[in-house]
This record gives sequence, structure tokens and C-alpha cells, in this order.
Amino acid sequence: MRPAAQDPGAGTERAISRILRAGVTASLVTLTAGTLLSFLRGAGYGSRPADVAGLIGPAGSFPRTASWILGGLLRLDGAAVIVAGLLLLIATPVLRVAVSIASFARERDRAFVAITSAVLCLLLLSLALGRAG
Amino acid sequence: MTPLGFTLAAFGVSCLAGLLGSLVGVGGGIIVVPALSLLMGVGIQKAIAASIVSVIATSSGAAATYVSQRITNMRLGMVLELATVAGALTGAYLAAFVPGRGLFLIFALVLTYTAWSMMRPAGRSIDPVPDPLADRLRLHGSFFDRSLGLEVSYRVFRTRLGLAVSYVAGVASGLLGIGGGVFKVPVMNLAMGIPIKACTATSNFMIGVTAAASAAVYFMRGEVIPFVAAPVAVGVLLGARTGARLLGGMRSGTIRTAFVAVLAVSALKMFMEGLK
Repeated sequence: MRPAAQDPGAGTERAISRILRAGVTASLVTLTAGTLLSFLRGAGYGSRPADVAGLIGPAGSFPRTASWILGGLLRLDGAAVIVAGLLLLIATPVLRVAVSIASFARERDRAFVAITSAVLCLLLLSLALGRAG
Repeated sequence: MTPLGFTLAAFGVSCLAGLLGSLVGVGGGIIVVPALSLLMGVGIQKAIAASIVSVIATSSGAAATYVSQRITNMRLGMVLELATVAGALTGAYLAAFVPGRGLFLIFALVLTYTAWSMMRPAGRSIDPVPDPLADRLRLHGSFFDRSLGLEVSYRVFRTRLGLAVSYVAGVASGLLGIGGGVFKVPVMNLAMGIPIKACTATSNFMIGVTAAASAAVYFMRGEVIPFVAAPVAVGVLLGARTGARLLGGMRSGTIRTAFVAVLAVSALKMFMEGLK
């Protein structure tokens, strides 16, 4: 039997650790900036107690299309900046999985390429599933 | 409450949840969901959606540290997360069909279980059995334990059981917006033979991907509200980081007891909400 192999390699560990840290930091900065923008700029959150009900109520939904997000980012619309921060956060672990696939492929570890690819497929499926559900 | 007041309150409550959670070794989600739904008037589905986003942030932040300290068993994590992610998809998909009252009741049960698991005496490990699957996938591991000052090697058993429990933990995560470590860690430790530090690190490693799958479903469904999710994610993460720094001498029984009391009261209130 081969000795226990803990990790796909120190380089991969460093890369994964960096991706996770950078992704979380970037998304938190974006979320904070978006929240500040929402309060400071024009048609943001409002300031009356009645505004809260509208913000958290059933009508609190927002368009989730790429064009809305990109347009909003260009206008520095607070909600769009927050949504970009949320997507950044969701993308962080996905990117971690993608990097692992590449590293297992380099090591020609077929079983783990298959396993991590399956995880990635499930993650992509989750986006489709939300739209359907 | 004005929108500014709400944002500050949500941020404060989430900070506290992250802080307390990291001091006693559970995620913030188990407190954030009751706090948002019971105290702040956020619908339970939207509280769950905001919580699951914050779970990605806390677990990825902690995972970065554990991975660089080489405590995480990444091979094992990548195998088991196949099951947690599949479970998360199931849970997040089901959440659309479970009425709010049902979610309150299920959440109350999980709160009760969590409170109980924190008070029970440490369980006894089950005897090791040969596990050809763990051998073939080379899941056995080792890490350097700083407090012991030596390298700890271990063999992994019962991978199939681990997959089954991971699936259940994933369903709970997707359905309720929590990490699900409370289900996985005892089984990984007692039945699979993994030292507790490696269990925590590896469970945490899987939770980021698991929560990302659920969060994607909730996001596409429009349940993740920017106004709520942003202060919650930032708050829980900052709280959890502060907690991790304080951890040195503070893991006292008092905090644990206080936390269990908070869980018990939340469970009771959520039961009542579900039975209304």
C-alpha cells in the first residue's frame, strides 16, 4: 500500500488558501461599499421606518440578469454593487474547486479529477436549479 | 425602525452571532436565522437565504487558515463534499416547497439537537474496520498538532457512512441556512477515526462549497435580499474573526452554558412560531 497522501501538493494548498482569503476579502469590501452607496445615493434605501417593510417584504426581489448587474455597477447603484459582492462570495468556493481539478489533472490522479469535476457540475447545476425552482 | 437602524441592528446581531459561535465552536447560522426571523421581522426563507451567504464567508475565511496550516484533509473533504453538495441542492430545492411554519419546526428540532450535542458527554469512538475505499482513494492523513508538538497520523474508516451523513448534513444546510458541521463532525470523529482538529478543519473546508451550492439556488430564486444579506455576511465574518482571536483563554463553561440557553430559548420560540 502506498503511504497516506494528505494533500495534492503544497503549491495547491497555497493557491487554495490564497483564493479563499482573497475572495472573502474582496466580497466583503464590495458588500460594505454597496451598503454605503445605498444609503448615500439618491433612490437608495430611504430613511422612513415604513421603507424597511418594502425592503424586506415579499416584493423585495430584484432582477438577477447580467445586464441589470452590469448597468447598475456602471451607475454605482448600491443594490447592484451588493449583488456583485454576493456573486463574488458564491464564486469563491467554486473557483477553489476548479483549481483543485487542474492540480489533480497535473498529477494524473484520474479518480480525483472525476470527483472534483462532479462537484463542479453540481455547483453549476445549482444555478440552473434555482431558476427552475 | 428606519432602514439605517435595521442595517445597524442586523450587523450587530450578526457580529454577536459570529462571535459567540466561534467561541463555542459552531457556525453563526444557527443563531442568525432565529435572530433575523424572530427579532427583526424578516421572513424565515429570506433569513435562511441571508444566513447561507454568511456561512460561505465564515467557512471560507477559516478554511484558508486551516488549509495553510495543513490541518485540513483535502482529499477526504473533496470526496465527502460530493455528498454535502448533492444534499445542499436537495435541501435548497425542497425549501421552496416547505411552508414557513414547517421551516420553523424543522429549525427548532435542529436547534434542540445542537443544544443537546453541546451538553452531552463526549461519545466513545467505534472500533476501526478495514475500509478498502479509503485505501484506494488514499484518504488517510496526518497533520502537525501544535498543542501536542508532534505529527499526528490517522487512518480513515467507514467512508460510505461518512458520505451518507454528509448528504444529510448537506440537506440540513440547504434547507435551513446553516453549515451542518454539527451533524458531520461527531461521525467523522467517532466512527471514521479522524482526530477532532482534522474533523473540524475538514468539515469547515466542505461547508464553503456546500453553502455556495445552496446560496446559488436561493440567489437565482430571488430570496437573497441585498439589503439584508450584506450586513449579515459582513457582521458574522467580523464577529467570527474576533472570536477566533479571543479564543485563547476564553473557552469557559460559562459561555457554553449561556450559548446553550440561547439555543434552547430560540428553539422554544421557533416551535411556538411553527405551531401558530
